[in-house]
Amino acid sequence: MSIASLTKAWQPMSYGFLDASAKRELRRKMLKAIAVPGCQMPYASREVPMARGWGTGGLQVTLTLLKPSSVVKVIDQGADDSVNAASIRSFLSKVSGAAETWDTLAASLIQSRHRIPEERLHAGQILVLQVPNPEPLRPVEPNMSVARQMHADADYGRLWLILYEQIVRSGRIMEGAAYPSVVNGRHVMTPSPIPRWDVPKLHMAQHLTFLSAGREKRLYAVPPFTKVEPLVFSDVPFKVEDHGALTCHRSGVSGFYMNEIPQDNGGSAFELSDSHLGIKAIRKAEGEADRIGATWYRNGQLA
Amino acid sequence: MTPVLQVQNLCKHFEMHHLGQRLMAFEGISFDLHAGEFLLLRGPNGVGKSTLLRTLYRSYLPRAGHILYHTTEGRVDLARAADVDIALLRRREIGFVTQFLIARPRVAAEDIVAEPLRRAGVAAADALKEARRWLDEFGVKRDLWRAYPTTFSGGEQQKVNLARALILPQRLLLLDEPTASLDVGARAALVRRLGDLKAQGVAMIGVFHHPGDVADLIDREIELTTSEVCEDVAV
Amino acid sequence: MVPERTVGMTQTLSLLPPQLMTTPPLLTMTGVSRRYGDVVALHDVSALVYPGEVLGIVGESGSGKSTLLRMMNLEDTPDTGDYRLALPDLAGNLFGLDRFARRMLCATRIGIVYQNPHQGLLMQHTSSGNVAERLLIAGERSFASLRARGRTALEASEFPLDRMDARPIELSGGMQQRVQLAKAIALEPALLLLDEPTTGLDVSVQALVLDTLKRLQRDGAITMVIVSHDLGVIRTMADRVMVMRRGRVVEQGLSDQIFQDPQHEYTQQLVHAKL
Repeated sequence: MSIASLTKAWQPMSYGFLDASAKRELRRKMLKAIAVPGCQMPYASREVPMARGWGTGGLQVTLTLLKPSSVVKVIDQGADDSVNAASIRSFLSKVSGAAETWDTLAASLIQSRHRIPEERLHAGQILVLQVPNPEPLRPVEPNMSVARQMHADADYGRLWLILYEQIVRSGRIMEGAAYPSVVNGRHVMTPSPIPRWDVPKLHMAQHLTFLSAGREKRLYAVPPFTKVEPLVFSDVPFKVEDHGALTCHRSGVSGFYMNEIPQDNGGSAFELSDSHLGIKAIRKAEGEADRIGATWYRNGQLA
Repeated sequence: MTPVLQVQNLCKHFEMHHLGQRLMAFEGISFDLHAGEFLLLRGPNGVGKSTLLRTLYRSYLPRAGHILYHTTEGRVDLARAADVDIALLRRREIGFVTQFLIARPRVAAEDIVAEPLRRAGVAAADALKEARRWLDEFGVKRDLWRAYPTTFSGGEQQKVNLARALILPQRLLLLDEPTASLDVGARAALVRRLGDLKAQGVAMIGVFHHPGDVADLIDREIELTTSEVCEDVAV
Repeated sequence: MVPERTVGMTQTLSLLPPQLMTTPPLLTMTGVSRRYGDVVALHDVSALVYPGEVLGIVGESGSGKSTLLRMMNLEDTPDTGDYRLALPDLAGNLFGLDRFARRMLCATRIGIVYQNPHQGLLMQHTSSGNVAERLLIAGERSFASLRARGRTALEASEFPLDRMDARPIELSGGMQQRVQLAKAIALEPALLLLDEPTTGLDVSVQALVLDTLKRLQRDGAITMVIVSHDLGVIRTMADRVMVMRRGRVVEQGLSDQIFQDPQHEYTQQLVHAKL
């Protein structure tokens, strides 16, 4: 027996970039996060070849979950073709041998910044959301150790207080992206800066969602079939963005979340934020056999 | 018939720590008082008449002796009863009438008068109606009913005070010179009210500068005599 | 169990247990002691407060009166001692409650007004919002009721409603105390704790705040414990008074008795020193 037969050959880089101990720590924290839905788990955020604040938290979770049979989709504000999304996607496939895709239905692992795809995610799929600020209590409590105690006490009165004062001052709730939501009836989380439009997609979803902040070194999860309820008053219902009636000027599709494109004439044009849904719709219109999956919203209404 | 009050060997002195001195107020006071009886305390100034009244009311803590008070719920020794029991009796059964009103800012005269009734659980409107009746009876001008008594003259304040102190029929009334500085009309109203209360069976102990005012009501007198140096420290 | 009356050495009469008062005390504190290092903050303090009663606690600074009030608000735990409130669904020593139960109890059943409004209020939030937060903690989720109940509480504490959405930091000291009071009474607590509620206010404002408290007490029969070094405040407010010195209760009695016939040497000094 030789040493060589007991050890692996030297490699310039671990599989999936992160070393085994880093991935082990992340796996443990991810399991904990699933066990206590919505509760922020601290982890030792490692260096990755990307600046903090560009999705390093999401990247570490994705790298830990990757395997050669994975099919990865990466989106940035709904688009697969932005520089950041493309770079992350190619990095992921390079370090793991996983396949790349733009198609939500084909992906097994989706890393996303600021959006959840419009097509329904199904059981077995994992969504990884990049989070800049994981702490919903930060606006009301600057001291993070006090905030931690408030989570432990489920002391969320002040989050409601913010909404109360928004209604008092402006007549409506002004919270846009990152709408604080109660997970599993216990912990309030920031669902990353996804628009209000996407928050209901997390409620009792079939897929597993991880939310991870690399700079803040916190990750949390929404397991499948878990309640995610935005903070609302019983007499002031939760409202998503008023996009249901807008039509995409490129694909002609309507009833989904749109990007607003200012026009020279002072008006606005709209296009689908979920870019690949638009591509699919155009291809379909041109007679190609592209399958559009079931969507969360139908005709602008949550199905 | 059991008396309302049995005072036995009551003794009071004041301990004045900063002088290292003890001042004797009175000792060996004993008497009985029955329902509907009016007892006058007599004696020269400074003999301890007011001190005795305050001791009976437990504003002063007696040094020794018993003040046995018979309530419907049994016999209570006021000399040793718990503070909460005394507070309870003061709300329900034992009244103290002085010439001084403790007015509070921004409380109208009629509300001050109605307060004992409110505390006894009378509805606000009824209490107020009754309060106005008594303010009228004691000759407080109608314009003043809703005003704050802090600004009233001494005489008017005292009328408010009497109305308040006598609005709720008690079982035992302690009267500490209630007629001082009262005008003729109010004095007559007071004597009338005391007479009514006496007829209803209220037992009373009083100190009066001019006992002639209440001569018709007096059943018995107790003469206090100087025992030793006697001085009110709290005045 | 009756707290021993600690009075002057020559006092021979000790009081009997309550005989006519058949309602049990709302608050029962027994043998509470607390040391901070070498400093004895409280030594074997016992207190009873009956429903609807106002208990005054006087003493100079450092006498332990505020520490005692904080114990009553479960902000601190003593080294030894027992604390009970006669409320439904609430048994046993409250000092033994876990963090969560404590917080809920304090939020829903006990109101407190601090001397310093910064301690009791979120200064950057609106006044009505400060009241609403209390209701939110207790589970109120209707915006309309939050608004209405906030208005009711502010009105009861005589706060001008046209300023209900102003931030406390923009308000005068007297108004800030009214916001604290509204917040404290919003959930109709069984016990209202007042820690020097009028200290630092102008005399005229002080009188108005005391008057509001007195009216609340009269109308709602709220049980109160008020701590103050100001004897005038205690005299106006309290039915019974406890005099504290160096962490101990030196004397207690009916308010008028404490002021007219103080027994303990220290109480006599205190009463005679009053202007």
